[in-house]
Amino acid sequence: MTYSRDMTLSARNPGLPLDADWLRRVRVNRPAVERRCASLPGRRSVKGEYQAAWLAKAVTLIDLTTLSGDDTPGRVARLCAKARAPLRPDLAQALGVDLHTAAVCVYHDMIAPALQALAGTPIPVAAVSTGFPAGLSPFATRLAEIEASVAAGAAEIDIVISRRHVLLGNWPALYDEVRTFREACGPAHLKTILATGELGTLQNVARASLVCMMAGADFIKTSTGKEPVNATLPVGLVMMRAIRDYHAATGVKIGFKPAGGISTAKDALVWLALLKEELGSGWLSPALFRFGASSLLGDIERQIEHHVTGAYSAACRHPMG
Amino acid sequence: MAERNLPETSALMESMAYGPAPESPSPALDWIAEHGRFGCFVAGAFEEPGATFETRNPATGEVLAHVTQADADTVARAVAAARAALPGWAGATGHARARLLYAIARLVQKQAKLLAVLETLDTGKPIRESRDIDVPLAVRHFYYHAGLAQLWPEELPGHSPIGVCGQIVPWNFPLLMLAWKVAPALAAGNTVVLKPAEYTPLSALMFAQLCQQAGVPAGVVNIVTGDGDVGERIVAHDGIDKIAFTGSTEVGRRIRKITAGRGKALTLELGGKSPYLVFEDADLDSAVEGLVDSIWLNQGQVCCAGARLLVQEGIAASFYDKLKTRMRHLRLGDPLDKCTDVGAIVDPAQLARVTGMVAQGGGDVFQPCQAPGTGCFYPPTLITGLSPADRLMQEEIFGPVLVATTFRTPAEAVALANDTRYGLAASIWSETLPLALEVAPKLAAGVVWVNGANMFDAAVGFGGLRESGFGREGGWEGLTEYLRAPGGRPEAVPVTPGVVGPAPLDRTAKMFIGGRQTRPDSGESLLVRASGGQLLGHVGAGNRKDIRNAVEAARKAQPAWAGLSGHARAQVLYYIAENLSARSEEFTERLAAQTGAGDAGQQVARSLEALFACAAWSDKYDGRIKDVPMRGVALGFNVPVGVVGVLCPSVPALEGAITAMGAAIAMGNTCVLVAPETAPLSLTDFYQVLETSDLPGGVANIVTGRTVLAETLAGHLDVDAVWAFAPELGQAVEAASCGNLKRTWITPWPGRDLGPFLRAATEVRTVWIPWGA
Repeated sequence: MTYSRDMTLSARNPGLPLDADWLRRVRVNRPAVERRCASLPGRRSVKGEYQAAWLAKAVTLIDLTTLSGDDTPGRVARLCAKARAPLRPDLAQALGVDLHTAAVCVYHDMIAPALQALAGTPIPVAAVSTGFPAGLSPFATRLAEIEASVAAGAAEIDIVISRRHVLLGNWPALYDEVRTFREACGPAHLKTILATGELGTLQNVARASLVCMMAGADFIKTSTGKEPVNATLPVGLVMMRAIRDYHAATGVKIGFKPAGGISTAKDALVWLALLKEELGSGWLSPALFRFGASSLLGDIERQIEHHVTGAYSAACRHPMG
Repeated sequence: MAERNLPETSALMESMAYGPAPESPSPALDWIAEHGRFGCFVAGAFEEPGATFETRNPATGEVLAHVTQADADTVARAVAAARAALPGWAGATGHARARLLYAIARLVQKQAKLLAVLETLDTGKPIRESRDIDVPLAVRHFYYHAGLAQLWPEELPGHSPIGVCGQIVPWNFPLLMLAWKVAPALAAGNTVVLKPAEYTPLSALMFAQLCQQAGVPAGVVNIVTGDGDVGERIVAHDGIDKIAFTGSTEVGRRIRKITAGRGKALTLELGGKSPYLVFEDADLDSAVEGLVDSIWLNQGQVCCAGARLLVQEGIAASFYDKLKTRMRHLRLGDPLDKCTDVGAIVDPAQLARVTGMVAQGGGDVFQPCQAPGTGCFYPPTLITGLSPADRLMQEEIFGPVLVATTFRTPAEAVALANDTRYGLAASIWSETLPLALEVAPKLAAGVVWVNGANMFDAAVGFGGLRESGFGREGGWEGLTEYLRAPGGRPEAVPVTPGVVGPAPLDRTAKMFIGGRQTRPDSGESLLVRASGGQLLGHVGAGNRKDIRNAVEAARKAQPAWAGLSGHARAQVLYYIAENLSARSEEFTERLAAQTGAGDAGQQVARSLEALFACAAWSDKYDGRIKDVPMRGVALGFNVPVGVVGVLCPSVPALEGAITAMGAAIAMGNTCVLVAPETAPLSLTDFYQVLETSDLPGGVANIVTGRTVLAETLAGHLDVDAVWAFAPELGQAVEAASCGNLKRTWITPWPGRDLGPFLRAATEVRTVWIPWGA
């Protein structure tokens, strides 16, 4: 299965004027949200060839990521090779699929090496931006960073929001910030990272999600991967429900990207089931859903080998990224 | 190399269907086949089958088993057996009964999967529910009542068991309702004649087998099967002292008539038409999800199902939209499939009843899917556009059918909610605390859930008002339904001694800090001599740094340990008791060798009993609701003190250390135990028990050494309380404690009563909640 570049993302989100009444109406009951998340893994189960297909699908939804201070062109090239051929050839052949990951996600300075390593493939390069992960550099610097990354060829920009705007309830400031970032992105798709682990409450997560969508985000994303708590199911559920409400109100489908802490095939299956239940099968596509993950792929490979051969696999049997 | 070709993957990646995920019925069918035809379980054995009836799988219509229709003689034999067993069982100690209930809990847990599959085959409920709800709640009920059995003789002085109990349970939660009936009856010291529902007798029959394996004395539990005639024989039998019934209001009324004036105790848990109130400020998505747990649990065949949806008018349209969207994701079908949300209706007769009521009921009917062509299935259904006078708004449908109407104000919501003959349960959804707390006590319901639905627990009483019955099941209040208030208590009977383990091996005694065995920081050891003077072994000479390390470990472990439920902590304590029991002979010999105490054996037995008592209290040391002079309530919670340092008593050395540790950790504290110089090897043996008992590292730490450690411990600024069972240390400990003004408890050994320990292990935290709409 291959995707052409223009299929990879959906139509742009034109956004809405900031709707303060809507924000005030938002209510999130944490214990109820947690109960839903706790019971979901017991309510849905995917086995056998269906599970293999779900895991293969999960591979196509991964933003394969490296965001380390010690990244080098060589390291990024290795990651890109993995993005182009995420499964060992014999396993891909056994499944009858030809897969690549949804994107490769790097820091600005690694855009060029990544583009070079991905030449000839439809795999887009996403760049984290705006003073990632804290988002506290001068505003002009953050804007310039987006422009530089778009100019360098990044097709997707993962920005971080100013958490203080959420914590202080300063929704106009958050709206203006994201709106400006969106304009700076131009043709590049905008993913807004909420850093939910630093927002304090699920109600804040819901409101911040809505504000980002109103301001024109194409995707909303949970975390940078650098907060103490990253993508949790309750946070994911709240963001999915916000996306559903936004779709009901505008007809526009916004993408969702949980990032950080999703490292096992089993985790991935639960996330996909939650997505299918809350937003429907239409969201199970790289245009509308991504996993931000670095070690998830390794576990999926081992599970797929187990499915194909019947024997439990080992990490050393799969080429590293 | 790949060996199998799997060409369908691409197509499945497109569809992203869940695919089949069936649980295998084979183990349950094999268990049924082993028995062939089932007789009744009387006096500890299965009788020969008599005239039988068929029990069927409602999802397929297949016959599962042939089960005996008990006749009058069977009922008489069962009552006689229960009567004969009564003196022995009522005369057993609380601890002896606790051990048996604990064994039942363990056995049900060990057979959880088989019971879940059996329950799903017999009732048609989704395997997800029998596996994740019915069986775990039943297990929890037996654990909890093992605790009540242990505690009530001391907590409820003067009370006595009622006698022989006739118990009739329904077909919607066969095993769980059995647990709700049998566990409190047995905990209180009663004996039981129980009749499962005609449609669903199998899990009760398997339970009978588990009672045999647990060693329940013959006649204490008797199971008779059959239809309503059998139930009527039980109800009318003069040899039965109490009737407990769960089922329809119609049958409950009949039971009340039959038993009237005959001196039988009676509890009835009957029907309902419970309201589900959604206010405009609710988390609407969560309220929708709550309805899934409320009216589509067990196909709506739940007495406390939130069957009447009352929505505030301004949000009704959008709420119905969200609800319909959610309903489209409900999966109706094979109950054994792990992805099924709504399974089969229990019997064709019930299906016909539900179908008929909806067909004649009017309103705007929404059903997101069709029922499968075969089997007893009915689709999830929402009916709007009804008024309170409509039959469907008033009568219990007992199927997956939700009826809905709207309200304008909180007062109108309460009026509509209470406009019913029933009064079992209610749910309130609102994010405004004053509103929710204003409405909750005004609802005519035995149970009110705020922002939730169908939450159950063994610790909480469940039962109704009005025509939903009377009496409570669960908690202390449920237990007292099975006790006679002050009268004479039967004589005690001795406890069965514990299992005897292997003889001890010689070993190096270390300290136990943070879940690891550690060598003493000093690198020095102390000699341990027998009471006769001969050398028994060595223990580490603890110093300040060992105390420091132990306190650090205890501090680190405390938040997570306190964050566990009382139930989870009880599990660990029971497990410690289990593992100590297996080595009781070794501990007896070791203690006797060190102290020369003649009571070493009794001390080990009392230690086991103390562990049981601590486990029992883990989830029962309830806070209180305070009567405060305002419109509102103050809730007093018992919270753990934190890190407790314990200078263990010299006498009784083992029992003292274990009782203090047990009480401290039961309440959610972590502790540092300084081993008694009289018997340090008993404590260093004991850490091996802790290591095998799922106790998280750092919850209990053991340091050996001289009493001078007392001052280090008492002076440590990160220790919240110090207990010293040695008045001679009082001055030193209290003086050293000034640094952080920690709580100190200096006392001679206070004896076995846990009361002072639990009070020392907890503090009361009060939360004030004023309310008003």
